[in-house]
Amino acid sequence: MLHDVRTIFIRSITQVLRNPVWVVVTLVQPLFYLLFFTPLLKRTIGSDRLNGGSAYDIFVPGLLMQLALFGTAFAGFSLVSELREGVIERMLVTPVRRSALLIGRVLANLVALVFQATVITLVSWPMGLNLRPSAILGIVVLLGVGITFASLSYTVSMIVGSEDALASLLNFVTVPILLLSGMLLPLSLGPKWLQRVANINPLKHAVDAARDLFRGHLTTFAVGRGVTVVFVCAAAALIIGTRKFEHYAD
Amino acid sequence: MIETIGLRKTFQPKGPGVKKKGAAAEQIVAVDGINLHVDAGEIFGLLGPNGAGKSTTIKMLSTLLAPSGGQATVAGFSLETQRSEIRRVIGVVSQSGGLDSEETPMRELVHQGVLFGLDRHAAAKRVTELLDRFELGAAATRQIKTLSGGQRRRVDIALGLVHSPKLLFLDEPTTGLDPQSRANLWDEVRRLRSEGTTVLITTHYLDEADALCDRLAIVDHGRIVAEGTADVLKAGVGGDVITLHLTDPSAADCVIRTSGLATHVEPFGDDALRLTVGRGDSTVGPLLRLLDEAGIETTSLSTARPTLDDVFLRHTGRSLRDTAA
Repeated sequence: MLHDVRTIFIRSITQVLRNPVWVVVTLVQPLFYLLFFTPLLKRTIGSDRLNGGSAYDIFVPGLLMQLALFGTAFAGFSLVSELREGVIERMLVTPVRRSALLIGRVLANLVALVFQATVITLVSWPMGLNLRPSAILGIVVLLGVGITFASLSYTVSMIVGSEDALASLLNFVTVPILLLSGMLLPLSLGPKWLQRVANINPLKHAVDAARDLFRGHLTTFAVGRGVTVVFVCAAAALIIGTRKFEHYAD
Repeated sequence: MIETIGLRKTFQPKGPGVKKKGAAAEQIVAVDGINLHVDAGEIFGLLGPNGAGKSTTIKMLSTLLAPSGGQATVAGFSLETQRSEIRRVIGVVSQSGGLDSEETPMRELVHQGVLFGLDRHAAAKRVTELLDRFELGAAATRQIKTLSGGQRRRVDIALGLVHSPKLLFLDEPTTGLDPQSRANLWDEVRRLRSEGTTVLITTHYLDEADALCDRLAIVDHGRIVAEGTADVLKAGVGGDVITLHLTDPSAADCVIRTSGLATHVEPFGDDALRLTVGRGDSTVGPLLRLLDEAGIETTSLSTARPTLDDVFLRHTGRSLRDTAA
């Protein structure tokens, strides 16, 4: 199992490194938010709503979740071209474990994600982010989100089978997930109905948990709920993705 | 090496205009109850037009597709319950090949070896052997997208052989190849047989089936319509074949049938007939006299030993030359 995962991981990470420009491109969007949106946020929401933290303490964890969403939800594109060239069919008739075909790829995405998250965090630090050791746990939540969206992206790409269909589907899905996560502004500013709708969005709970973790609150309800939701979603996504690899051709 | 009983595959139709309800009645039957027996060490061919169900059969036997019905054992393992055991001992070369065009043959081959559980060192050693055997040494470290069709195909086949499989599936291996590459590939397949590898090959080329396969099954609309060695199948046609081009084929058909000169008469295109006769050379004289007396003009006549196409025509009523793309 470990052998299989490692084999697929090495192949996938090599593919990522072959086109490292994508890792950088994905970084550009959150950097723009950091530079051009956070100053607005500082003025808009009063300091009483920030529980003593800086605007960056609120905004950067959300930004990292956005990164996890957009950095991994598009992972399926690399699989589409491999499906088209028959690479996946070729691997499916080898003894390699179906779960390894998924996990090896997801791990490669996580490596890229951790690199990107580190860059964003380090850039925000001098701007006003209070960096505490508990932020590391925030990165764990980030990994859970990455596993979830990468796995689902691979699964969907095997179902739709084309870049065009995958792109329109992702645009359709990622924007509401992003807006209903409370990433840009805290949802507590919004009306009750919006908060209720947002509560069914797993990413919202991930954002809440990450915010608490970045501010050094380790034992809050939001942290417990967020971590549970994220890792249940990640496990479910891995199982669904593995099943899709098992029955890809059917 | 391969045994199947009533192997079936049906697909749910997909795409616009397909109703969800009652879909069970509209299933597409790709493979309709195939019984196969492939012996160890032989080259067995599946000959048939595109869409006959050859690739679907290979996908089922290589564990990629789950059969909808029937039973099969591959290399002594049950297709239903021992898929991972089967995967260890088979090699599969699909039509598309399955190479990442950005990669190099060397890297893809080593990776394939590692997927089969070889360590990198052992894989590299085996790959060097294969690159040598397939004369790919110079191309080994070039990007696959820069290789010629023939080189690429050789990499595909080397990829299927990295783990020295007992059974190799080749799906339309020579489609799109130039004659020289094709002949080389045939030699390579024969060499595999001499080394004891069993080969199941699909093709829609008559000459390929004829030249390469020890035994073959003719497949049409998901069924096997005839099976045996090429010689036995041709003998089954019942004699030589005379092709007649005429001004009035339907009148000629009637006259020839009543004369008893031919054991079998069938239309061939709009203006010709194909007759099966005991001996072509001794039948031509009486045949032309008969048609002359009946006032039917013959524009051309040729006699030939039966080909696999005649076998196909006999069993399906169509010529493979017309149906094959």
